[in-house]
Amino acid sequence: MSIDAKSIDLKDRFGDFFYRNLERLRDGLPEYINNKREGAIQNFQKYGIPNKKVEAYKYTDLKPAFEKEYRTYIEPKKIDFDLNDIFRCDVPELDTHVVLLLNGWFYETKTPQKKLPNGLIITSLREAANRYPDIVEKHYNRYADSETESLTALNTAFAQDGVFIYVPKGKTMDKPVQIINLLMDEEDGMSQHRNLFVMEEETHAQVIVCDHTLSQKNFLTNSVTEVYAGQNARMDFVRIQNEHNGSTQLSNFYLNQERDSRVTANTISLHGGLIRNNYNLRLNGENCENNTLGLYLTDRGQHIDSYVHMDHAYPHCRSNQLFKGVLDDYATGAFNGRILVRQDAQKTEAYQANNNILLTDDARMNSKPQLEIYADDVKCSHGGTSGQLNEEAMFYLRSRGIPLKEAQLLLMYAFAHEIIGQIHIKPLQDRIHELIEKRLRGELSRCNYCQMHCGDAGKN
Amino acid sequence: MLTIKNLHASIEGNEILKGINLEVQKGEIHAIMGPNGSGKSTLASVLAGRNLFEVTEGEILYNGKNLMEMAPEERAREGIFLGFQYPVEIPGVSMMNFLKTAINEQRKHRGQEEMKSSDFLKMMREKKDLVEIDSNLTNRSVNEGFSGGEKKRNEIFQMAMLDPKLSILDETDSGLDIDALKIVAHGVNQLKSPDNATIVITHYQRLLNYIIPDKVHVLYDGKIVKSGGKQLALELEDKGYEWLSKEAAK
Ligand SMILES: Nc1ncnc2c1ncn2[C@@H]1O[C@H](COP(=O)(O)OP(=O)(O)O)[C@@H](O)[C@H]1O
Ligand SMILES: [Mg+2]
Repeated sequence: MSIDAKSIDLKDRFGDFFYRNLERLRDGLPEYINNKREGAIQNFQKYGIPNKKVEAYKYTDLKPAFEKEYRTYIEPKKIDFDLNDIFRCDVPELDTHVVLLLNGWFYETKTPQKKLPNGLIITSLREAANRYPDIVEKHYNRYADSETESLTALNTAFAQDGVFIYVPKGKTMDKPVQIINLLMDEEDGMSQHRNLFVMEEETHAQVIVCDHTLSQKNFLTNSVTEVYAGQNARMDFVRIQNEHNGSTQLSNFYLNQERDSRVTANTISLHGGLIRNNYNLRLNGENCENNTLGLYLTDRGQHIDSYVHMDHAYPHCRSNQLFKGVLDDYATGAFNGRILVRQDAQKTEAYQANNNILLTDDARMNSKPQLEIYADDVKCSHGGTSGQLNEEAMFYLRSRGIPLKEAQLLLMYAFAHEIIGQIHIKPLQDRIHELIEKRLRGELSRCNYCQMHCGDAGKN
Repeated sequence: MLTIKNLHASIEGNEILKGINLEVQKGEIHAIMGPNGSGKSTLASVLAGRNLFEVTEGEILYNGKNLMEMAPEERAREGIFLGFQYPVEIPGVSMMNFLKTAINEQRKHRGQEEMKSSDFLKMMREKKDLVEIDSNLTNRSVNEGFSGGEKKRNEIFQMAMLDPKLSILDETDSGLDIDALKIVAHGVNQLKSPDNATIVITHYQRLLNYIIPDKVHVLYDGKIVKSGGKQLALELEDKGYEWLSKEAAK
C-alpha cells in the first residue's frame, strides 16, 4: 500500500501507485470527480514535483519531503479511541460547528451533526459529491488549476475526501465552522484531502481551520481548497498551522470572488517543518475586496514559503496582502507575491507588504514582489523589510526597567499584532494572542499536541 | 548620589563628550543648559545606558556603584529615569501593558510581589491627575500618534508611575506651551523629595521659572564650561550662547 521510496523517479512512483489503485480511488465517488483523475495524473507526470529550477519554487526544495516513504491514505484509518473525548474545545467562548479530518478523511463523530437549518450544509466532500451533485459538479475543480500546477494535479488525481460547506443564497452561517485537520498514525503518512466551500450570493460565513500533528511521525499533506464567494458574499477565513518539525504541509488555496464580495484570509503559522502556502486569488467581478494576511513564526530548521497570485480581472477592486514573519535560529523563509492587474481592471487598488524580523544572522528570508500591470488607472504598491528589532524602541523599553528578553518579546508581539488584530472572531483572536506569546517565549516547541487545547491528547 | 569624572564619549569615532565632571547630591535639582549639538542628549543617553555611544574615558559612579557595568534595565531598576527628548512611538505595545511590565520588573528587582490590578489602576488614576494627561492616551499604544506635548506629558507620567531616585529630563519643556510647561513643572516639584535628585536639561531659561534649580551647568562643545547657582540661567538668557564661545576659549 505504501509508495516505495527507492523506486526510479518520483513522478513515476506516483504514477504507478495511481494506476495500481485507481479502482479504489474511484470507489464511492461519482463520475464527474473520477473522470478528472487520469488527465490530472498525466499533467502531474508531465511536470513532476516542482524542483528549485521552477521559478516559483526557487527557495523551497520539496524533494527530501517527497522522497520519504509514506503510508498513503486511500482508505480511512480506523482509530481505536474516541476523538470526541480528545477534542473538547478550551476556548469556551468560541462556539463553532466542529468537523474533523483525520489523516485527510472526514471523521464521523459519535454525536451526529445537528442538522443545519435553511439549507446550509457542512459535510464530507464524499457525501456531498453524491448527495448534492448539482452544486459540487458546478464548482469542483473549476478554480483549481490541475493543468499546469503539478501539486494541484496530484491532488485532483488522488482526492477522495475533505470538507464541503454550502451557504445558500441570502443565508448566514450562525457560527463559525471549525475544521480540525489531524494527522495521527504509527507510521509516516501522506494526506491529500480536498475541500470545497461554496458561498452563494448575499451570504456570510466564517471558517477556521486548525492543522495539527498528533503523533511523532513524518507527515506530508498536499491539500487543495476551492472557495467560491458569490456576489456580495462575506467570508472570514482563519487558519492556524501548528504541526511538528517532521511535517510537510503543502496547501493550495483557490479562491474565486464574484462582484461586491469581501474575503479575508488570515493564516497563522505557529509551527511546522516545511510549509508551502499557495494562494491563488481571482477577483472575478467589480468592487471586490480581498485581504490576504499571513503571520509565521519559525525557528531552528523550519522553512516557510508563501506564494500569492492575486488576479485583478475586473475594475474597482481592492486587494491587500500583508505577510509578516519572525525567523529565529537558522530558519528560512520565502515570500513571492504576484499581483496581476488585467487590462480592463481600471481603478484597481492593490497593496502588498512583506516584513520580517530576523533574530539571528543565520536566519534567512527571500522576498520577491512581482507586479504585472496592464491597466493604466491603478494604485499599486509593494514593500518589504527584513531586519532586526528597532534599536530605539528596545532602548526605550529597557530604560524603563524591562529586561532585554522581555523587551524583545513586547516588540515581536507588537509586530504580530498587526495581523492578529485583523482576526474578526474575538475569542479566537484572544486565544491566538496567547498562543503567539507562548510561541515567542519558546513554550510551544513541543507541539505534537493540539495547541488550540481543544482537549488533551496526552491523556491517551 | 551621582559622580561623573572626566567622561569622554564618542559615536562612530567622533568625540561628543570631551571630559565631563559633575557631582549630584540627594535632594538636589541640577539644570544643564547649552546650545544645540553641545552634547546634552548624549550625556543623558550615556547615563541611561544607551550603547550607541562608546565611553572612551572616565567613570560614572551612582550610589557608589560603577554605572558603566550596568545594562539600561538594571540602571532603571536602581532608580534612574530618562525622560526622552524624542520619545519613541511603539505601535502595538499598549501603554497599560508597557507600564505594568515596567513596574512589575522593578518590583521584582526589589523583592516585592507583582502589583495587584486594582492597585495598579488606582495608581494610574492618581498619577494621571498629577500630570493632567488625557485618559485616552493610556489606552493607546506607547506614544503612537501622540502630539509633541502629549509625548512630553507621557514622559512625566511614566516618571510619576516609576518613582525614580534620579530623573534626567531631556528638554521635557521644549515644544510645550506655558500651561503645559506649568503642569510638567508641577509634576517635577511634586515628586521632589530629600531622597531623590533631578537633572533638568533645557535649552531655554523659562522652565527654570517653575523648577528652581540648586545648580546650573552650561555644556558647550562636550564640556561643562561654567557652573553656578540659578542666577547663571538668567545671565545666559541675557547674554545668549555666543557669550559662551568666549568663555570656552578662555
Ligand atoms: N546617533 C547619532 N549619530 C551620529 N551623531 C550623533 C548622534 N546623536 C548625536 N550625534 C551628534 O552628537 C552631537 C551632540 O548631539 P546631542 O547630544 O543630541 O546634542 P544636544 O542634545 O545638546 O542638542 C551632535 O553633533 C550630533 O550631531
Ligand atoms: Mg538634545
